Amino acid sequence: MPTPARPVGRSQTPDGMWYRCNSCGEILYRKTLESNFFICTRCGYHFRINPDRYIQILLDEGRIEELDADMTPADPLQFPEYDRQLKKSQEKTGRKDGLVYGRGEMGGIPVILAVMDFGFVGGSMGSVVGEKIARAIRLARAERRPLLIVATSGGARMQEGAYSLMQMAKTSAELGLLRNERVPYIAIPVDPCTGGVTASFAMLGDVIISEPGALIGFAGRRTIEGTIGEKLPEGFQTAEFCRKHGTLDAVVPRRDLRDTLIRILSILWPVTQATTSY
Amino acid sequence: MAEGWLDFEQPLADLVTRLDELTAIGAKDEVKRVQEQIEKQKEKIYADLTPWQRVLLARHPRRPYPLDYIERFVTDFTELHGDRGFADDPALVAGLGRIEGIGFAVVGHQKGRDTKEKLRRNFGMPHPEGYRKALRVMELAARFGLPILTLVDTPGAYPGVGAEERGQGEAIARNLRDMAMLEVPIVAVVTGEGGSGGALAIAVGNRVLMQENAVYSVITPEGCASILWHDGSRGEESAKAMRMTARELREFGIVDDVVPEPLGGAHQDWDEAAHLLKDAVLANYRALSGQTGSDLVAGRVARFAAIGVYS
Ligand SMILES: [Zn+2]
Repeated sequence: MPTPARPVGRSQTPDGMWYRCNSCGEILYRKTLESNFFICTRCGYHFRINPDRYIQILLDEGRIEELDADMTPADPLQFPEYDRQLKKSQEKTGRKDGLVYGRGEMGGIPVILAVMDFGFVGGSMGSVVGEKIARAIRLARAERRPLLIVATSGGARMQEGAYSLMQMAKTSAELGLLRNERVPYIAIPVDPCTGGVTASFAMLGDVIISEPGALIGFAGRRTIEGTIGEKLPEGFQTAEFCRKHGTLDAVVPRRDLRDTLIRILSILWPVTQATTSY
Repeated sequence: MAEGWLDFEQPLADLVTRLDELTAIGAKDEVKRVQEQIEKQKEKIYADLTPWQRVLLARHPRRPYPLDYIERFVTDFTELHGDRGFADDPALVAGLGRIEGIGFAVVGHQKGRDTKEKLRRNFGMPHPEGYRKALRVMELAARFGLPILTLVDTPGAYPGVGAEERGQGEAIARNLRDMAMLEVPIVAVVTGEGGSGGALAIAVGNRVLMQENAVYSVITPEGCASILWHDGSRGEESAKAMRMTARELREFGIVDDVVPEPLGGAHQDWDEAAHLLKDAVLANYRALSGQTGSDLVAGRVARFAAIGVYS
């Protein structure tokens, strides 16, 4: 089991040697969790993990050739508090914005992987996240590499107003071109994935795979409860709920995620079919 | 407050009431004088509206809705119902008709006018089957080479249990992707409220226009205020902060053109508003009509690819 390159952000999991499971309350030793893909050994709860850990888990040797790491958000509306929120998230995560993408391999298959960071302004999609997703899609098309996106998000980034909204159309339109070129795209929405990201690239995979217990939906729980005037049932908008209602393909425990993805990719995209440009 | 008027329109409402009274008793000179006062008052009230006042105009209970425009400038219109999978969604209307003799597919959100109709049309908030119907009709148009006009006026996609069960996120996402790939000209016009993803789901146009008093935003001002300040009543401030008016979004290049409305807003004169809208739609359609299908797709993708601010 590879070790993570960077500590997990405070908002995602607690610091220190010991972790408390959000689901069953079990106290877990850090090393135990790390060797168990950040899954609770007692109840199977999947802790939220940052992009570095997903890269470690999914890619061969945990290695990514990251692109556009320096792309930096602006504050086009001069929106109240946004500047301060960006600085805080940048300090916390060590990133300019909430998405990492680049080239890597999975089981020897060259791929493009993009991973969102829920610790960065609530995993929201502004201009930088949208632009990097669009570039990842274009690269997958140009180099004919399968595309994988791990999506976790509170939705479009309110602080960039309609610019953020338009990223939904921008990314989805690029996916239309990728689809026309018949390059596979696997979407991996993980806990939590809501709002404008669910209503764009996260739900457009040729195959859509999630993790057990992940919250996946369009509207927020409280918004729906406010609209219908009653409490929502347990298990509403979980990955299992989505599978039952036919909106995603499979719910796969994190420890099996890499093997499952490689198994699917190797059938959709046998190496002889791939014509990578380098 | 007189029915159907907004608070800031009250001085105008009073004059209109007075005009009606004077007309009834046949006081010709007085009628003329009050008519002049009305015009002056209109200029005063509507010359410099705040973003929040535009939000109120965009939501005005007497504002024309897509079917009102269709009635005024789309001839031979046949409404097409249903998504062929689950149901027909009255919050979103679609059909075929002609504008100045040219065959078009027309798709639009539809709010209700009275209480019963509002409920039937779910206040213009579509379910997934509404978006799927819209895509079905737009794909039909593309197969037969017909241009598409979409009219956007919704508070947002409906947040409900059934909507989630049937894949609201996927329905919107698929529209965004597949609408971008249609090989026919698409003109989208925000005519009232452009409420987030639920609006965008029918607004992936080659040309995206907004009526002068329409608004378009990533979240409602009330929703924004309640996240930002934990106070949903501060929509006036968040409407300003979000830059959601037609003029601001035109400056950002997020919309291509602002469609003028009659003085005081589209609700003052539906016929005139329809006339102005039709002219803008045709002018924008004609600017696209020489392009090939693949040019139109490439242009549409490039239009949205260019939106974003970063360094
Ligand atoms: Zn546990």
